[in-house]
Amino acid sequence: MQNKYTITTSDSLLDLQISLWDKIKRIVRLLWRDRIAIFGLLIFMSVVFAAVFAPWLTPYQPLSQNLYASKLPPAWIKGGSWDHPFGTDNLGRDMFSRIIYGARVSLGVSFVGALIAATIGVFLGSLAAFIGGRVDEIIMAPINLVLSLPYLLFVVFIASVLGRSLINVILIFGVTNSPIFARVTRGEVLRIRQSAYVESAISAGAGWLRILIIHILPNLVGPLVTLISFQISAMIFYESGLGFIGLSVPPTIPSWGNMLAEGRRYLTSYPWLTTFPGLAIMYTSLGMNLLGDWIRDISDPRIRRARR
Amino acid sequence: MKIKTNLDKFIMLKYLVTKLFQSIILALGVLLLAFLMIRMTGDPTSLMLSRNASAEERAAFRASMGFDKPLSVQFINWIRNVFRGDFGNSLHFKESALDLVVQRLPATIKLAGIGLLMAVIIGIPLGFWGGLKSGSIPDTIGRLIALMGQSIPNFWLGLILILIFAQRLGWFPVFGNDEPKAVILPAFVLCLPVMGELLRLTRSAVLEVHNEDFVRTAWSKGLYRRTIYINHILTNVFITLISVIGVEFGYMLGGSIYIETVFSWPGMGQLIGQALGWRDYPLIQTIVIFTSIVVILLNLLTDIIYALLDPRIRYAK
Repeated sequence: MQNKYTITTSDSLLDLQISLWDKIKRIVRLLWRDRIAIFGLLIFMSVVFAAVFAPWLTPYQPLSQNLYASKLPPAWIKGGSWDHPFGTDNLGRDMFSRIIYGARVSLGVSFVGALIAATIGVFLGSLAAFIGGRVDEIIMAPINLVLSLPYLLFVVFIASVLGRSLINVILIFGVTNSPIFARVTRGEVLRIRQSAYVESAISAGAGWLRILIIHILPNLVGPLVTLISFQISAMIFYESGLGFIGLSVPPTIPSWGNMLAEGRRYLTSYPWLTTFPGLAIMYTSLGMNLLGDWIRDISDPRIRRARR
Repeated sequence: MKIKTNLDKFIMLKYLVTKLFQSIILALGVLLLAFLMIRMTGDPTSLMLSRNASAEERAAFRASMGFDKPLSVQFINWIRNVFRGDFGNSLHFKESALDLVVQRLPATIKLAGIGLLMAVIIGIPLGFWGGLKSGSIPDTIGRLIALMGQSIPNFWLGLILILIFAQRLGWFPVFGNDEPKAVILPAFVLCLPVMGELLRLTRSAVLEVHNEDFVRTAWSKGLYRRTIYINHILTNVFITLISVIGVEFGYMLGGSIYIETVFSWPGMGQLIGQALGWRDYPLIQTIVIFTSIVVILLNLLTDIIYALLDPRIRYAK
C-alpha cells in the first residue's frame, strides 16, 4: 500500500532548469507510459481535426435541404445508402455533415468560454490573494455567492433573457464559469505564498516580482490547465443542454444540442436523429475527461500516482 | 467529537450564528441577482410580451407591473412583497407563482430523493471496495461507471432509455408519474453523474485514509479487518462524504430541468421548461429563487452536521 504514491521531484514538468526540448520529450514519455491518456488525446485530436477541416470532410452542406431524401436511415440499416452514412433528418439534411460541423460549435463555445472564464477568474483571484484584506472580501463575496447557487438554473435563466446567439452563449459561459477559476487561483496563490520555499526565498532577499515569476506563476499552471480541461468538458455538456431546451445558438447553426432538440420529436420513428448527436457529445466529453485526468496527474509532482 | 464543556457550547453557538448570518446574506444576494437578471436587457416588457403586442398594450402592461417606476422603487416594492410571501403572479396561469411552485415541489423532491438514494447505495460501497482493492476488477468497473457518469449527457441517456426500455420493451411507462415504477428511469438517469462523483470521492478518501498513521497502527496492533474497515476507515470517509451529499442534492434539483422535461415528470423542472416557452418570467424567477434558497438551506444544514462531527471545523477561526 505504501508505494501507491511515490514522491518524485525530479520529474517536474515545471522545473525551470530544463530546456523546452527536454520538457517535450518528458511529456511524450509520460504520455507513452499511459495508454488511456493516449486514447483521450486521439479522441480529442480527431474532434479538433473534424472541426477545423469540416468543409473538406463533409459530402454536403450542413444546411442544404433535400425534401426528396428526408428521413433516410443510416447506411447499415435497410433503406439507407452510403450517400448519407448517418442518414438524413426531417428536412433531408445530411446527418454526417451536420455532426462534423457541430464539432465547431461545441469546441468553439467551450474553448473560448473557458479562456474567457480563466482570464477573468485568474485576474480576480490573484488580485484578491495578493492585496488581501478588504479587497479580498469585496472580490470574493459575489464569487462565493455565485458558487453556492444552482448553476444550471441560473444559466438557463440568463440565456433565456439574453436570447439565442453565438456571442451570448460564449459570454454567458465565460462569465458564469469565472468564479471557480477565481476561487482556485486565490487558494493556490495563498497556499504557495505560505510554503517553505517562498519563505526561504523571501528571507534570502528575493523581491516580490521574482517570487511572482519564479515561484508562484509556474506553480499555478498545473492546477489551472487541469481546471480548464474539466471546464471545457463541462461546457460541452452545458452547451448541448441549452441547445436541447432551445436556448443555445440559433437553429440556423448546426450544433449537437440543437440537433437533439429537433430529433427528440421523432424519437420513436427516426431514432438516429437523436442517437448520433448524443454519441458525438459523449465521444468528445470522454476524450476531454481522459485528457483532464492525465493532466491532473502529471501536473502534480508531489503526489503523482505511480503508473501500474 | 462530543460537545461537553461550556467553552465547547459557546464555540458551537458562535459557529452557528456566523453560518446563519452568512446564509441570510447569501439569500439576499440571490434576491438581488434574480431582480437584476430580468432587467438585464433594459425593459422587461419586451421580454414578457409577444413581439406583435401594440404600443398601448405595452404601456398598460408596463404600468400594471410597475416597470415604469425608477429601478430603486421597483426593487423596494418587490422586496417588500417577497418578504410578505408574494412573488408575483404567473403570467400564464394568472395565479400566485409561489403556490404553483409549492404544488410541484413534492414530485421533484421524490425524484431527486430517490436518485440520491440510488447514488449513495451504489456509489459509496463500490467506491469503498475500489479504494481498498485498487486495481481489482470491481475497482475497474467502478471507475468505468464514474467515467461514464461524467461523459454521457444524462438528458440524452434519458431519451435512449425511454426508446429501449419504455418504447421497445415496454417495461416502464414512457412518461409521467402515474405508476410507482415510473420513477425508476428518471431517477437513475438523474443520479448517474452524482453516483460517479460519490464513487470517485469515496475511492480517493479511502486510499488517503488507508495511508494514515492511525490505520497502519491499527493493522500492526492486529485488530480485526472488520474493525479497521468500519471503525477507522468508514467513519473518516463519511465525514468527507457528508460535506458533498448536500451539494449534490442541490445539483440534482437544478439538473431536474432536463430530466423532468425528457420524462414529462410533473415537477419544478418541467414547470420551468414550460415557463421558458411561455416567456412567463415571474414564474421562472420564482422557481430560481425558491430552488436557490433550498440549496442555501441544504448547505447550512451540511455545515452544521459537519461541525458537529468534526471539531476541527468549529474551532477553525
